[in-house]
Amino acid sequence: MSQTVMADAAPVDASAPTASLHRPRLPRWAPLGLAAVAAALGTGIGLVAGLDSRIQWGLIAALLYVGLTAVLAGAVEGTRQAKDRLATSFIWVCFLLAVLPLASLIWETVARGVKVLDGYFLTHSMNGVITMEAGGGIYHALIGTLQQVGLATLIAAPVGLLTAIYLVEYGTGRLAKAVTFFVDVMTGIPSIVAGLFILSFWIIILDFGYSGFAGAMSLAILMMPIVVRSTEEMLKLVPNELREASLALGVPKWRTILKVVLPTAIGGITTGIMLAVARIAGESAPILLLVFGSASINGNPFEGAQSSLPYYVYEQWANGNEPSYDRAWAAALVLIAFVMILNLVARGIARWKAPKH
Amino acid sequence: MAKRIDVSGLSAYYGSFRAIDDISMTVEPRSVTAFIGPSGCGKSTFLRTLNRMHEVTPGGRVEGKVMLDDEDLYGTGVDPVSVRRTIGMVFQRPNPFPTMSIYDNVAAGLRLNGDHKKSELDGIVEKSLRGANLWNEVKDRLNRPGSGLSGGQQQRLCIARAIAVEPQVLLMDEPCSALDPISTLAIEDLIGELTSRFTIVIVTHNMQQAARVSDRTAFFNLAEVGAPGKLVEIDDTERIFSNPSVQATEDYISGRFG
Ligand SMILES: Nc1ncnc2c1ncn2[C@@H]1O[C@H](COP(=O)(O)OP(=O)(O)O)[C@@H](O)[C@H]1O
Ligand SMILES: [Mg+2]
Repeated sequence: MSQTVMADAAPVDASAPTASLHRPRLPRWAPLGLAAVAAALGTGIGLVAGLDSRIQWGLIAALLYVGLTAVLAGAVEGTRQAKDRLATSFIWVCFLLAVLPLASLIWETVARGVKVLDGYFLTHSMNGVITMEAGGGIYHALIGTLQQVGLATLIAAPVGLLTAIYLVEYGTGRLAKAVTFFVDVMTGIPSIVAGLFILSFWIIILDFGYSGFAGAMSLAILMMPIVVRSTEEMLKLVPNELREASLALGVPKWRTILKVVLPTAIGGITTGIMLAVARIAGESAPILLLVFGSASINGNPFEGAQSSLPYYVYEQWANGNEPSYDRAWAAALVLIAFVMILNLVARGIARWKAPKH
Repeated sequence: MAKRIDVSGLSAYYGSFRAIDDISMTVEPRSVTAFIGPSGCGKSTFLRTLNRMHEVTPGGRVEGKVMLDDEDLYGTGVDPVSVRRTIGMVFQRPNPFPTMSIYDNVAAGLRLNGDHKKSELDGIVEKSLRGANLWNEVKDRLNRPGSGLSGGQQQRLCIARAIAVEPQVLLMDEPCSALDPISTLAIEDLIGELTSRFTIVIVTHNMQQAARVSDRTAFFNLAEVGAPGKLVEIDDTERIFSNPSVQATEDYISGRFG
């Protein structure tokens, strides 16, 4: 037994020059250094060859970085390490490619958005503002978004939560399969279709007028499947042993769900709901159809036209003049900030509520 | 308060698969009964039929009778929830509620059932933790999460949680299999103390443990993989380990198979 173990352990790497366990290694700063060299070379080649697209410079630098790393590591460290470094550098390049659009989007929005973003902008509507001129604000749109999204959450979160509880804790057989199927179908509904559905049902057939509530209903349709899906996943993560422990104490099933299963999953569930909120906060199509859009403040979501942030952005951009562009960027910045704050709050809640160890 | 369990003609199914077949036995009050047998012979399944936890598993189904004194647990109109309050259970892996403190874990059974007064609760929690030999180790950190304890402590916490609702029977499914020898010893001592108040049924893979803690031992076996498990014999522990009446029992105990 012991002999076979030793025989297995001896020649790990046949190419090793000696039996020593030490291998030559590139210094710790090598990847960073290589990245700098590759960036410099990329810029240099770009300038010399007269390439006018920065994207081309970047791609050359990225290729150089991956290639240089592999060649250098192969020469110094051997093939196994070279493969490792090749994969690592490739992943870094991919990471940068993925982050770049996000960073540039945020940069662009912040740079252009701060121009008119101030206290006045946040607390005034567009009522009586001539779109060709500077001035006005997003107060009416902010109110609209908060009310529409809030109402949509009030509708979608309880229904979604209860649906998920049914599917995970009770659902077996045909009904559960059917519900799962329809939730899947709902996930794929384009927002304009959800808007048209409420339009034909609520406004044309039932003959109600435009209102924030009509928009909220279509947003709720979009939000519900997301809440069901994420809550389902979170409930499935709760170990069955906890349910059994509670049932074995003589606790009824409904109380087990309420007091053991939900508290264990509550962090993930709230995160899921917040992300769903963030997802619908940017919808403009249903708002266009159902809330109609408005330039003045309407604090009643159940009657009359309202505005909303994404709709406002669309509307201002469509005006096609410089002051309107500025307002559109500033509103977009507010919308992004709103979504980011929601994300941060969700993460905070998840961390705060997570089971402690 | 401890009660006798009288099982007759009990079979349990997972869907159409019969996991245990036609088991009959009696468990005396205030005694420790050990279940031994090779893996997959249905010890856990049988144990779970004794407090109606088997039917919690999807497809789980039971035929036969389990009498607790003179009440059939599977009779019509019997509420599984009250059965489980009367017959408590400790699982193989310690499973304290991760969102609750040590105190809340012990109080969970009472709290989740809604009937508690704060002043009483303190007393019950202390009594249960003392009963589980855990009080001295945790009395200064009752508000810390239960999942921060060691494995052996967690298992004793689960025992405290189970005895806090004052059951009459305590079922334990390999309570020591995830624990180190010292914690195992602590739990075995605890079982010895608990017999004065509870009827105890314990599943174990450890022969010495069965010999040490139990008054009676039941040996289960199965003809082949996929066949239902059966009760081979149940007798005083001493007899099972010295002079069993069935050859298969002797083979199993002396390590000739299984
Ligand atoms: N949840 C389940 N679903 C289907 N079959 C199961 C389930 N749990 C156990 N079984 C089967 O029932 C038989 C008995 O299992 P178990 O009671 O766990 O045995 P033991 O505890 O003696 O090892 C085994 O054949 C096992 O595969
Ligand atoms: Mg088992």
